[in-house]
Amino acid sequence: MSKITKFGLGLLISLLLTLGANAGSIKIGTEGAYPPWNSKDASGKLIGFEVELANALCEIMKHNCTIVEQDWDGMIPALTSKKFDAIMAGMSITAERMKTINFSQGYADEVASLAVMKGSIIANMNTPAGINLSIGGSDVDKALKTISSSLSGKTVCTQIGTIHQNFLESGDVGKINLKTYKTQDEVNLDLTNGRCDVALAAASSFDDYAKKSGEAVVLTGPTFSGGAFGNGVGVGIRKGDSKLLNDFNAAIDKARDEGIISKLAIKWFGFDSSM
Amino acid sequence: MISIFPNLISGAAITLQLLVTSMFFGLIIGFFFAILRINKNSIINKFAYGYSYFFRGTPLLVQLYLIYYGLANIELLRNSFFWVIIKEPYWCAIIAFSLNTGAYTSEILRSAFQTIKKGYIEAAKSLGVTKKITFYRIQLPIAIKQSLPAYGNEIILMLKGTSLASVITIMDLMGEARKVNVLTFKPFEAFITAGIIYLFITFIIHNIIKYFEKKYGFQT
Repeated sequence: MSKITKFGLGLLISLLLTLGANAGSIKIGTEGAYPPWNSKDASGKLIGFEVELANALCEIMKHNCTIVEQDWDGMIPALTSKKFDAIMAGMSITAERMKTINFSQGYADEVASLAVMKGSIIANMNTPAGINLSIGGSDVDKALKTISSSLSGKTVCTQIGTIHQNFLESGDVGKINLKTYKTQDEVNLDLTNGRCDVALAAASSFDDYAKKSGEAVVLTGPTFSGGAFGNGVGVGIRKGDSKLLNDFNAAIDKARDEGIISKLAIKWFGFDSSM
Repeated sequence: MISIFPNLISGAAITLQLLVTSMFFGLIIGFFFAILRINKNSIINKFAYGYSYFFRGTPLLVQLYLIYYGLANIELLRNSFFWVIIKEPYWCAIIAFSLNTGAYTSEILRSAFQTIKKGYIEAAKSLGVTKKITFYRIQLPIAIKQSLPAYGNEIILMLKGTSLASVITIMDLMGEARKVNVLTFKPFEAFITAGIIYLFITFIIHNIIKYFEKKYGFQT
């Protein structure tokens, strides 16, 4: 055998070995820019509620998991093109997304909220503490009316490709000047410097930002759930990958029963948002 | 359901607007700095060189972020008259793009001025033509002719540069393509269509420049 053939064969064998070693492992994609759901610490390590939950679920499933980072606006295409096998990125379960991918059962609730800078003229809206768009009713209609008139003509900012954008474009809030950003960080920046009159995102992410930055960001209006806001946050999985879907569902059941999800939720959100 | 094409066309209109406006300001800036660059005074010269060195030496994206997020972070500026301009993403993009293309344009024009054969200027001088007329009637026309091919390239580079505007919330061609992508989860369709539209615009610009080169440029 010539040297080149030997070298080639060796390369092939080592390649096959690495492939074999990875057979029982899965990759989970997350954004790493949506604290406290998922973010990065100062050293660049992925941290957050979903990072710890992903590791816990993988332990239950006895899978060898790696968590990889992916920009939010490419999350679903990256899953369908098999860059990773599951999404855990604060992604709410919506009918729109279900056309392209599957979701496990929800593992946590993500209520959305509007936020403004302290002292804003819409810092006090006369609405219930929370509304569920799926349930509807006169209270919800009244609240939406109050919100529409408060937001009318305002610059409202949100992250692109989110349930929040869907809601703001649904026509429920009347005529607004909508601005979309690639990341929540940038929404927060433009909210504090005054380019945005008001922003919409997960209530938890505004709380987290206000706490860490010391900026006077305050929540206003009701918290939103249901309707355009989907039905909780779940694990996104490719259509047809039913084995992995079942594994995740079973693992979430077990993690819920053992109180793992509650414990992590309290650690990261300060209250039990598990579901 | 969102349809790709009409959305992207409205984005292309914004892209063209950004391009034309920033090329206009960039040309004025570039011209101004090219004159400073060929000035014999070394302080003026160094100042102009510093400007073009900074804007050619840093990524356009950095400049855009610096102007959009960086300036907005300065409270003094936020409370001043300038906030009216800096507040708008559109004007931030115009400022960044104009300063960037201005830097390149100044270098293109400078090198064109400096390659003019000394004999032309000496000939004018010997005929008693004033410095001013020599500049406007001899140096400037030659420099412009000389710059045409390089400037055409700069327009095309700037067209591609404008795609960065989408990162500061401007819904240009790239911004619309990204929107289509996140709404349909079909990145290939969204970005290939945007790519073809960019290519089409490049094709038109290229032909316009070629026409001008043929009409006014040096015959080679």
